[in-house]
Amino acid sequence: MLPLSSQVINLLAAILLLLAFAMLTQRRILSLINLFALQGLTLALSTAVVAWSTGQSHLYWSALVTFALKVVVLPWILHRLIRRLNVKWDVETLLNIPTTMLIGIVLVILAFNLALPISQLAGTITKSTLGIAMASMLLAFLMMITRSKAVPQVIGFLAMENALFFAATSATYGMPMVVELGIALDVLVGMIILGVFFFQIRERFDSLDIRHLEKLKEE
Amino acid sequence: MEIFFVLGSPLLGGVLLSLWGHRKFAAELNSLMSVATFAAAAALTVRVISDGPMITPDEQFFVDPLNVFLVALTAFVSMTTSLFSRPYMRIEQAHGKLTDARLRLYHSMYQLFSFTMLLVLLTNNMGILWVALEAATLTTVLLVSLYRTPASLEAAWKYFILCGVGIAQALFGTILLYFASERVLGSGGGALLWTHLQHVAGSLEPTVMSLAFVFLLVGYGTKVGLVPLHNWLPDAHAEGPTPVSAVLSGLLLNVALYALIRCKVLVDGALQTPFAGNLMMGFGLLSVVVAAFFLSRQRDIKRMFAYSSIEHMGLTTFAFGMGGPIASFAGLLHMTVHSLTKSAIFFAAGHAAQKSGTQIMDDIRGLIKVNPTIGWGLMLGTVAILGMPPFGVFASEFLILTSAMRQQPWATPFLLVSLGVAFAAIFSKVQPMVFGDTNAKRLPHPPALVPVFAHLLIVLLLGLYIPPYLADWYRQAAKLIG
Repeated sequence: MLPLSSQVINLLAAILLLLAFAMLTQRRILSLINLFALQGLTLALSTAVVAWSTGQSHLYWSALVTFALKVVVLPWILHRLIRRLNVKWDVETLLNIPTTMLIGIVLVILAFNLALPISQLAGTITKSTLGIAMASMLLAFLMMITRSKAVPQVIGFLAMENALFFAATSATYGMPMVVELGIALDVLVGMIILGVFFFQIRERFDSLDIRHLEKLKEE
Repeated sequence: MEIFFVLGSPLLGGVLLSLWGHRKFAAELNSLMSVATFAAAAALTVRVISDGPMITPDEQFFVDPLNVFLVALTAFVSMTTSLFSRPYMRIEQAHGKLTDARLRLYHSMYQLFSFTMLLVLLTNNMGILWVALEAATLTTVLLVSLYRTPASLEAAWKYFILCGVGIAQALFGTILLYFASERVLGSGGGALLWTHLQHVAGSLEPTVMSLAFVFLLVGYGTKVGLVPLHNWLPDAHAEGPTPVSAVLSGLLLNVALYALIRCKVLVDGALQTPFAGNLMMGFGLLSVVVAAFFLSRQRDIKRMFAYSSIEHMGLTTFAFGMGGPIASFAGLLHMTVHSLTKSAIFFAAGHAAQKSGTQIMDDIRGLIKVNPTIGWGLMLGTVAILGMPPFGVFASEFLILTSAMRQQPWATPFLLVSLGVAFAAIFSKVQPMVFGDTNAKRLPHPPALVPVFAHLLIVLLLGLYIPPYLADWYRQAAKLIG
């Protein structure tokens, strides 16, 4: 019987994976952003639980930063962006959804196999969740590949960063604080630059469909 | 102390230029800050030559033989590029390609880009190294799309997404590295410090480290431009403004390779097998071969030289993958001379394209008649990058080839054929551009090409004579790399 805190963390990890699948299948951009915020919330909660059960006080801070950045700031920026750009329409996927789901399941199995030798080495109470972190990363990657619009691709990118963060907490109780702050800063700056960039793309092409951005090819 | 000047000067420059980057004196201020950075880097270099490696009291920054010469090189090329960019960007502005706001963005980001690269080189923390390398991508994304043409937006988007995904893999690699080191060094700040890791490399968990290296290689390799992760590189180089192409090709690729080398040293220590070296040789050789065969298909001058950068970075990666004192020495020398030569070529090519109003090589003709300085700059740069003696590239390529013959004879024919193909492709395209017939008028004003000839002169000198302290440096750094 696992201690309660481990069970809670495993539960949150399972929710994280579920959300990753939900994002993979979600067609509407607005719901996609909400799912992303929910994923951030799960992440912040699980970090806080790890902090509480292990007494690693710096993890409280990173839970706080995660909450501020991924539940409040980034979704707010994204919401503002899609309102200003007026891109609430359904997202087209390049592959149909059942196929994506099947590929996703294969990826999850792969991730669990890959993570097995590492999680056996880990001494943390959260080691069983490393496979989930890796699976979420691969699912986010899959989402980036299968979407043709710019905003969902970016959400896929951010979801990938979430998964990496989860991997860091589950394998090592988080990276040193200075590194974590640096990563958070990079993500924030990257998001702002992307915001500027979206407007440039829109101004030029009247659309955010990145299929316009496939002209540069080797002839 | 010098370390803080080296980092502080471009950071201050970035802040000042974000306020004044559109004023009349912005280009001069940009050059001034870069000169100050170079002066600080020179002082740092002198200090390290006399006192040996150093580390700051809080252990966050350090200088050893491997990074000191890259710091000096980075500061030097940033300086000459800023000197080149002053007249070049002024002409671009006169052509109506840039507004005040974009010029401000350009100057500010240029300084911040130098800052992030120097931070990558000087930091002792493998996590901060990742953060700074990602920041280097972020600062240049908006520079690539500076002209806001459809092609430049596409290039910038590709650059952002591909490098973003790549660097995310490197983050996972860094997490795994921390995971392995934490078991030896204990959790907390110390476990990612290079100076600590280096001593305990032998006791890091081998399975985790090999998995970490695969992710780090994919991640940092994307930024180095290794095939098959190179797709962003030709686009970003061709569509950005020329000074940005010059620093991307001359500096950023080097800096990313530096990050990879640091990781390789740790993985070698942990595994005691040539696993990391073999992977690097494989990717390096693939890059050389693929890039060489893509060269002949290019029509855009900056795109062609971008492929040449992929080829040369592949060659350097191959050299470091082989390992051993001579190959690593050659790799370091090749990093130096490639960086100097390639940025010189981009300066000359940028002026040639600016003058002809196009980057398509078929439309650039008779540079030697229109403007002999540009023509000779491009020709000499091309001859140098193709590895003709007596330029420094010849020396480093010769060393790489001879050590390949001794250590990895199977790879030699691939390298020789690729170098030959690259020679034929580039030379046959540059020759008509320089000596072909034209009826274009002579340029009214001579372009400022002092940086081009300064770079080529250093490359020439390095081919003829390597000063003993420099050779000693390379040897020490090569010993560190193993």
